Amino acid sequence: MKHLAMALMLFLASAPSMVAAYAQEPEFDPKVEAAAREVGKSLRCVVCQNQSIEDSGAPLAADMRRLVRERLAAGESPDEVRAYMTDRYGNFVLMKPPVQLDTLLLWLGPLLFACLALAGWLVYVRPRTQIAAAAEPLTEEEQRALARHLAEGAEL
Amino acid sequence: MSNPAQQVGSVRPFPLWAAVVPAVLLLLVSGFFAVGLTRDPHRLPSLMIDRQMPEFALAPLSEGRQTLRNEDLVGHVSIVNVFGSWCIACVAEHPQLIEIARSGVVPIYGVDWRDEPGAGTAWLVRYGDPYTLTGVDADSRLAIDLGVTGAPESFVIDTGGRIRYKHVGPITSEIWADTLLPIVRNLEAEGS
Repeated sequence: MKHLAMALMLFLASAPSMVAAYAQEPEFDPKVEAAAREVGKSLRCVVCQNQSIEDSGAPLAADMRRLVRERLAAGESPDEVRAYMTDRYGNFVLMKPPVQLDTLLLWLGPLLFACLALAGWLVYVRPRTQIAAAAEPLTEEEQRALARHLAEGAEL
Repeated sequence: MSNPAQQVGSVRPFPLWAAVVPAVLLLLVSGFFAVGLTRDPHRLPSLMIDRQMPEFALAPLSEGRQTLRNEDLVGHVSIVNVFGSWCIACVAEHPQLIEIARSGVVPIYGVDWRDEPGAGTAWLVRYGDPYTLTGVDADSRLAIDLGVTGAPESFVIDTGGRIRYKHVGPITSEIWADTLLPIVRNLEAEGS
């Protein structure tokens, strides 16, 4: 176990070190560059995971940015470039996962929890407020009985 | 006039299901997180299993050696190991690679990933060279084609040049003995 933890730590530490690589990127046609930015923003950096490859300073992201530009310059469509990446890294590489059978829970999860909250309100909260609202005011006779009982209780 | 007992009864306790359902939901969600939050998000499932090794031709790390290409991996079982001199975990796994190379069970091909020129060679001089052949992948071309996310990663390739297994992280002696060696043996039996 200790070995495993150690190995894991070493592995995590070994992702290509963070070196900003934005500066020395080769120039591409402005059209390609614009399309590449769009594609790059939709692709997740697999090293830092919560950044797109456009935002990430990881060397692997820099290489991916260049690859995206090269493929676009070679005439591939943005979707083809994305397909190339998902073919190798899976849907994980997309910042916005597609809606499909195995991602339904992900997409409908918030709605599901909202429904649960509504159901909880209907079952647990509403009946009580209704009972409180529906309660008739005490009649005069009941008022007197209540006062009597309270007085008796006080004597005890 | 309503009976007082009835009035009290109308503020009924919740039915049993109303108490059980939230408890079950809580358990479910806790179970979900208990498993989900302990999994390492850096370990992605590989899509490359049972696919042909992507086309590649990598310049040799040492001058005068041949280019590392697909043909080198055909006709025998092999391991392709992605490493870099910047990779600390690679140092940790290196003695195991040396041992595998010494045993002669399976050739290991090195992919020197994203290294400075000369750094990979110096690293192999320092720690020993377990690789039958090492190619340079300075700009992640093969690494991205293989869906690599970090180093070290090792791929077991069958006799037909197809990827059959991927190991992410350092190869320890346990992983070699319990996982990789049986796979290599299986693929050898399959190929002959």
